[in-house]
Amino acid sequence: MNIERHEIEKLATLSRIAINEETINQVSQRLSSVLELVDQLQAVDTSGVDAMSHPLQANQRLREDEVSEINQREAFQGIAPDTEDGLFLVPKVIE
Amino acid sequence: MHNLTIAELVQGLQSKKFTSVELTQHFLDRIAELNPDYNAVITVTAEQALKAATAADQRLAAGNAPALCGVPILHKDIFCTNGVRTSCGSKMLDNFIPPYNATVVENFEQAGAVVLGKTNMDEFAMGSSNETSFYGPVKNPWATDCVPGGSSGGSAAAVAARLAPGATATDTGGSIRQPAALCGITGLKPTYGRVSRWGMIAFASSLDQGGPMARTAEDCALLLNCMASYDDKDSTCIEREVPDYSASLNSSIKGLRIGVPKEYFSDGLNPGTETAVRSALAELEAQGAELVEISLPNSALSVPAYYVIAPAEASANLSRFDGVRYGYRCEEPKDLEDLYCRTRAEGFGEEVQRRILIGTYCLSAGYYDAYYGKAQQVRQLIQQDFATAFEQVDLIMGPTCPSPAFKFGSKGDDPVAMYLEDIYTIATNLAGLPGMSVPCGLVDNKPVGLQIIGNYFDEARMLNAAHQYQQHTEWHNAAPEGLV
Repeated sequence: MNIERHEIEKLATLSRIAINEETINQVSQRLSSVLELVDQLQAVDTSGVDAMSHPLQANQRLREDEVSEINQREAFQGIAPDTEDGLFLVPKVIE
Repeated sequence: MHNLTIAELVQGLQSKKFTSVELTQHFLDRIAELNPDYNAVITVTAEQALKAATAADQRLAAGNAPALCGVPILHKDIFCTNGVRTSCGSKMLDNFIPPYNATVVENFEQAGAVVLGKTNMDEFAMGSSNETSFYGPVKNPWATDCVPGGSSGGSAAAVAARLAPGATATDTGGSIRQPAALCGITGLKPTYGRVSRWGMIAFASSLDQGGPMARTAEDCALLLNCMASYDDKDSTCIEREVPDYSASLNSSIKGLRIGVPKEYFSDGLNPGTETAVRSALAELEAQGAELVEISLPNSALSVPAYYVIAPAEASANLSRFDGVRYGYRCEEPKDLEDLYCRTRAEGFGEEVQRRILIGTYCLSAGYYDAYYGKAQQVRQLIQQDFATAFEQVDLIMGPTCPSPAFKFGSKGDDPVAMYLEDIYTIATNLAGLPGMSVPCGLVDNKPVGLQIIGNYFDEARMLNAAHQYQQHTEWHNAAPEGLV
């Protein structure tokens, strides 16, 4: 199984990870090796088998829709790269 | 003092043979002296530790000390610690100081434990050798040219080198058991949902589980008593009473049925490892256990299924690291897209990036059913294998890993060679079952681990068998040269 350059570029975009030109072949080669491993699954007959999501078939619990957390905006923003007036700052999105 | 077990330390503290301040200072001194050789501890919280030890001594003097009062421990750097850097072994979180404690950290605080610092680990717990840590690899105290295993290699090496009597760890595909085996200590991954994952930085949420590491099963029981709890804040935590894991340690194992899966003794197994594991089984048989050959026919599929499920979940979990709210941010981003892409390219190491890319591939349009859906079905088959086996037996035992600790760099450039290191441990994570590793021998003076797999919530039985084994053997007392 060989993963092609345009697929790596698409994955890089979807993952929001910049991949530079020099390493793209190596990334492709190593991903292909992992995909070869996981392709062993294709040979398994799983017809009629349910997909498993939680080992103990536990359901997500529901709770009353009430406020349960206290406001900790200052503590949380204290560790942010850049904030202003209680907002997280990022580069300008709209010119 | 560093050769005493946690059980002995608790006794010593309560009978005032030594104080927690003396004990804490002793371990801090050892860390200062020896850690440069191993790189097992990446943050030392000396001042806080001594303060906590002073408080513990006061409670001990007042006679109202909780279970682990004054006992020094280390936390894997995946558990959020209020006010103390929690890096997860990554450049991405090198500057991250959590404003809250993980539930596990909170539980140890309630129990009066003293936190000495945080341990090194593979980046975001992705690795089996500790070579992916941003802070450099941990060295195995038994052979410093060899890996300690991973991802909880820092915790395992620290316990083996007697830098702490116990440590917390996490296990997504073997990350407690494999380093415990390679460093010659005892480690336990509980049933999925037994220990809260709140504040434990997520890798693969349906597989991650925190657990204890110590030198003996008796100590792991003491630590698990404190770690296991029901937690409203973790929606996958199971609401179920936590038994006293120490209570049944001394029960007889006469009549215990131990399943020995033939698939765990196949071609790739090191002959020395096999001999050590077989003699451990013979020891348990001599104590009255019955060995039953069993089959787990879908074992070989566990590694491929895992390398779809774990990266898929990781790609979703790690999308939160975007350089906006906390953690690393790249210099001078030219726009928002550039901020995301370069922050993640610069902040994540190679293995983490690889797993995000694989996970993204497996979840992308057109591939979801063929990969993720298929892997979740295979997961069901693997769980079914165990369910069938547990109709006949009480515990399952075999090797923890295919061979003893390997040399740094020896797995080469192919990531799959490293992935196969977890061939015997991954299936229990997929099934959500508890597993542990107990030292059972030395090959070329490097430790070998016996793996014990239990049925759901059967940790007490596993600890009982492990403790009985340790009552009759000395492997858990073996120490790397010069470290006793």
